[in-house]
Amino acid sequence: MSAEAITALKAKFPQATDRASADHPAVNVPFGDVVAALRFLRDEWAFDLLMDLTAIDWAEGAAPRFTVVYHLLSTTRAGSYVRVATNCAGTDAEPTAPSVVSLWPGANWHERECFDMFGIKFEGHPDLRRILMWDGYPYHPLRKEFPLAGIETDLPVADIQEETGTRVIAAPMMGGPFVASPGEMNLTEAEPRAKDESWADREVRPDQTPLRQVKD
Amino acid sequence: MATEFSYPDSAAKAAAARRELVESGAAQAAPAEFQTEKMSLSMGPSHPSTHGVLRLQMELDGEILTKADPVVGYLHRGDEKIAENMTYNQFVPYTDRLDYLAPLANNMAYAIAVERLAKLEVPARCQAIRVLTAEMARISAHLMGLGAFALDVGAWSVLLYSLEEREKLYKLFEELTGARFTTSYTRIGGVTRDVPEGWLGRVSAFCDQFLPILEETLNLLTRNKIFMDRTVGIGVISKADALAYGLTGPNLRGSGVGLDLRKDKPYSGYEQYEFDVPVGTKGDCYDRYLVRGEEMRQSVRIIRQVIAKFPGGPWYATDAKRIFAPPKEKILSSMEELIQNFMIVTEGPQIPAGEVYFEAENPKGILGFFIVSKGGGVPYRLKIRSPSFCNLSILPKVCVGNLISDVVSILGSLDFVMGECDR
Repeated sequence: MSAEAITALKAKFPQATDRASADHPAVNVPFGDVVAALRFLRDEWAFDLLMDLTAIDWAEGAAPRFTVVYHLLSTTRAGSYVRVATNCAGTDAEPTAPSVVSLWPGANWHERECFDMFGIKFEGHPDLRRILMWDGYPYHPLRKEFPLAGIETDLPVADIQEETGTRVIAAPMMGGPFVASPGEMNLTEAEPRAKDESWADREVRPDQTPLRQVKD
Repeated sequence: MATEFSYPDSAAKAAAARRELVESGAAQAAPAEFQTEKMSLSMGPSHPSTHGVLRLQMELDGEILTKADPVVGYLHRGDEKIAENMTYNQFVPYTDRLDYLAPLANNMAYAIAVERLAKLEVPARCQAIRVLTAEMARISAHLMGLGAFALDVGAWSVLLYSLEEREKLYKLFEELTGARFTTSYTRIGGVTRDVPEGWLGRVSAFCDQFLPILEETLNLLTRNKIFMDRTVGIGVISKADALAYGLTGPNLRGSGVGLDLRKDKPYSGYEQYEFDVPVGTKGDCYDRYLVRGEEMRQSVRIIRQVIAKFPGGPWYATDAKRIFAPPKEKILSSMEELIQNFMIVTEGPQIPAGEVYFEAENPKGILGFFIVSKGGGVPYRLKIRSPSFCNLSILPKVCVGNLISDVVSILGSLDFVMGECDR
């Protein structure tokens, strides 16, 4: 059933091409046709559930850099899935994709998550802000250039410290003394091991003053 | 949001009416002490009824919600990033910590997703073990959900009954996997070990004594006046809304959509077992409770069928030499298997390049794994489609217009787990 839907979709949108897939029928749709193609699948072929919306980062320098992937499921045609993918437009720093919140309100949180993790701007999204990381966090962690060990950022604690006078020390971003190495290397080298032993409960990290500085 | 709410926001209505009167000159502005205003209230992230670290930023008019904005992410650990940096088998323990009330079901969903990518069929015995453990996990997760829900709406004793039964299940899990909570039971291409001797009999004995206790427990609630007052007609989610927001599992079925992947797209041999899919009619908190109660009975039915026709044969994929590490006794006695084990541990299971999306019907809803592989032992991208995340996204719509005490009922009936929502 899904394969027929994909054939019909390709007839309606001639620019759509087949996408390699290990399971469900999949199709690549150009950026401009995404909303129309998804509406076609939802209304004409009863793919009424947007199960998942996510993105893939093809690493720095790749063209296209980001691909947004939609998975649809039909509740009336027992268990048929389709996968629709589209490459993002815009620059690497600020990729864009069309929002499908008008089709499925449930896409709201999925798109917010994609924005949070990859920095993809969904055009037409009513309320595009971070969802898993806190507001004001400067990075997009699921991008390939972001290291697994994390990047230390100022936590939004300045006001707490100011008000309560408590000593606020940020926990290490790298999850204790066991640090995984980022980048392309074999697994033996990348394996988490005790590399950064400077941090401990009692001792202060050498590169930090004992009391975290309050910003003015 | 494209959605518009109509709700009894009396403060806003009164203020608007007052403004109109003042502007038309019919009345003078009321003194400040007579003017009402809305209150904003933050519930959570550590509040007993938010079951973990959900935070609800609410706007209240008296006791009635006029706005609800869920704040999630307090338990975000970056599981998807972690997955890109380790081999497929190393990620199994992380799946325990998604829906930590049903780790065995998560283990199974993840293993099947990777196996689909490798085009690997596991033997019938392995499939039966996985179905058995997933259904036991469903019972234990629903018991916890039921107990916590009842506790939230004021019925203490249900939790005591359900925790006792859950404890018995955890004893069985411990005997099978070595751990009560974080089981990490599956491997790509099989499970860590075969079922112990006599274990199936003990599971069967559990089922026999469990059903009467389940009836007794449900009878404490099903016709309980207080419980019904707090759940019937509260938090109604229509069929269309449930589909639009991507609700799954008992929450979707409570709204009258009979989607159950175990029936609609069977995996791991679910097509051999007979069971019914309970479906609600109204989509309120009470319907969601009834659906969960019935699902436990159906799970017992499935468990009995699995035990009755428990297949023999190997319990892991014997033909997958580059994916499944052989059992320890073989590694210690044969050179070839020692090398095989070494390669799988150091390089990871060798999975071909491709994209795969697999979903399993978990206790909380449909758990999906989207895996992009470029070949080798590490996924290039792994996305977890978590049911709790999607189920919670309907909160801004369903909470508005309810009393603040009803929000507690709604949260309890949605039965979410933040470990899975935040990943």
